[in-house]
Amino acid sequence: MYRYDEFDERFVRERVAQFTDQVTRRLDGSLTEDEFKPLRLKNGVYLQLHAYMLRIAVPYGTLNSRQLRQLALIGERYDRGYGHFTTRQNLQFNWPKLRDVPEILGLLADVEMHCIQTSGNCIRNVTADHFAGVAQDEIEDPRPTAELIRQWSSAHPEFSYLPRKFKIAVTGAEADRAVIKAHDIGLRLRRHPDTHETCYEISVGGGLGRTPMIGKVVRDYLPKKDLLAYLEAIMRVYNLEGRRDNKYKARVKILVHEIGAEEFTRRVEAEFAQLDGPSINADPEEVARIAAYFAPPRYEVLPAVSNTLEAAKAANPAFARWVEVNTVPHKAPGYTALTISLKPAGQAPGDATSEQMRRVADLAERYSFDELRVTHAQNLVLPHVRQRDLYAIWQALGEAGLATANVGLVTDIISCPGLDYCALATARSIPIAQAIQSRFADEARQREIGPLGIKISGCINACGHHHVGHIGILGLEKRGIESYQITLGGDATENAAIGEILGPGLAAEEVPDAIERIIGVYLAARSEGESFIDNVRRIGLAPFKAAFQETARAAA
Amino acid sequence: MPLLDRNGNAEDRWTRSEGAGIGNIPAALVPWEVLVEALDTQEPAQVIGVLIPNNVPFAELAPFLPRLALVAIAFPAYADGRGFSLARLIKRAGFAGEIRASGPLIADQFAYALSCGFDTIELPEANAARQPVSRWLHARDSFSATYQRGYGESGRNVLDQRRAARAAAPIAAE
Repeated sequence: MYRYDEFDERFVRERVAQFTDQVTRRLDGSLTEDEFKPLRLKNGVYLQLHAYMLRIAVPYGTLNSRQLRQLALIGERYDRGYGHFTTRQNLQFNWPKLRDVPEILGLLADVEMHCIQTSGNCIRNVTADHFAGVAQDEIEDPRPTAELIRQWSSAHPEFSYLPRKFKIAVTGAEADRAVIKAHDIGLRLRRHPDTHETCYEISVGGGLGRTPMIGKVVRDYLPKKDLLAYLEAIMRVYNLEGRRDNKYKARVKILVHEIGAEEFTRRVEAEFAQLDGPSINADPEEVARIAAYFAPPRYEVLPAVSNTLEAAKAANPAFARWVEVNTVPHKAPGYTALTISLKPAGQAPGDATSEQMRRVADLAERYSFDELRVTHAQNLVLPHVRQRDLYAIWQALGEAGLATANVGLVTDIISCPGLDYCALATARSIPIAQAIQSRFADEARQREIGPLGIKISGCINACGHHHVGHIGILGLEKRGIESYQITLGGDATENAAIGEILGPGLAAEEVPDAIERIIGVYLAARSEGESFIDNVRRIGLAPFKAAFQETARAAA
Repeated sequence: MPLLDRNGNAEDRWTRSEGAGIGNIPAALVPWEVLVEALDTQEPAQVIGVLIPNNVPFAELAPFLPRLALVAIAFPAYADGRGFSLARLIKRAGFAGEIRASGPLIADQFAYALSCGFDTIELPEANAARQPVSRWLHARDSFSATYQRGYGESGRNVLDQRRAARAAAPIAAE
């Protein structure tokens, strides 16, 4: 993975000093709270319901064991012994004190980490496919691009006071695991059909929130060398023309929608044509310098199938089920990419204790070339595991309560923190996730249902990605009572789609029943091997709506 | 209103004129709405500057640039960053006069403003009072280098410094 050079190191240290100074100036009154707010946000410090929240950047979700141990230490020393992994591959602490933040930033800088641009109206921490570098369907590793963008977007002189937040995601695979179509900019590495060179397909104007939109392709094939100039053109058009009269209409998706994708593209291309690429873009040596850090680790030469693994699976059905659900094929023979579920029944999705973080760090160091990933689904990944080591890993994870076999299944729920923590939330989300998890606790039943993504947001800002959940749940507040709106048919992949609302809002306790009925329709109607989302696409919303309305009627 | 340039306090030689009647003011700063009229009455010894709102399309401003010695861009709030992009476009068009940011900026934006092409910052009294000049100079130097090429002094950014280091020691790369 990427390592800081002297410039990166100095930059992050200088950023810590700058923020330390900003905190001092806030405390002595030379900055007003209004002036301080955007500054603290740009450094990931939110004022939440009960306390300050600190969001730490995990660039494109990549961590090493030393970094995760440091996060464990920070969680213990400055929080309550745990942290929360987010849908943007970051980590949040919910209880730090403002006066401690500079010290925490220093500890982060010690392990090449920071909180830069994890919030605020600027280019946010860039995200990427969590199976980058290992997925079999990958055309090119997206991490060098993500790292180049991380650097380019850091403290950008021109684009640090945008109309609204700006999120960029990158994938290099056929399957989209980075939800690029729901980002302000989504980049997809693909081969040009004629030249066979890798280029970027560039989508702009995706986003969730109160006005969900799927990104529109503005460039089919951008030569890789032109990336930064093209991004500059997009950002300049947005910075100048994005709406600033209404924060709910300030995202780039609204600009793209209002002037049309064609006109937006025309303006971007006109600006791009004015730019002197060679004076803006990173030169090829710089791109190669970054890419070299992401060279594959020195894999052992192994047979494609491990007999040790097969024997362990045969001897232990619970282990076999975990392997089946939580691992995916790897580029290197004999290896696998293992997802560690942070969704055991009854826990807040994405939470990990400091002790669990240390356990995972140890396993990454011992079994995964010291590397791990955070997924946007709020799980962790050991990306390079020898198949024959899986049994030992499973046992070690089990001791730490981390061996839940539910990745991609109905209990692998994405959820925002909701009203239990968040100042913006209108309803609780974690208890809803927990209620669904306990309703579907039976592992055999989960596997019978198969791949199914439930996503829960506790307010219209949609941090829990409910719009793109196969089943989405949105918590609202109606006359002082929490009400949950259910959507169906959303999709976060390359077939991105926004879910449709099934009917009137439900009370919290009715949600598990409604989910049960929806799943019942699927189980009755599915054909052999048909997944939930494929079934919804094939039979349409009507049968689900009918079943849903029975729930609503039963409740009324 | 207090004025700063890269090196600290600066003297403002410009006189604001509310309307187009600039008489014999030697350096007249006029609002965007009356610019055409003011230019019509310009005397040979006079220089004219314009104060523009930050939503003026660059294409509308561009034809006037050759006749202007100052473009002041209004910042209605410090977090409204349109001015940064406008300044870039004005600079890119080859404008050789002064580019000024006018509004309640904060010291933390000084380096960004300079990098985007602003020469001066004009602050409301109250904002200047809370932020002494020393604060601006300190903020100006917060970062020894940032990552973007083409902003600020050429060659000072990280990418160009890495490139220079590679050129100086090509073998040390491995």
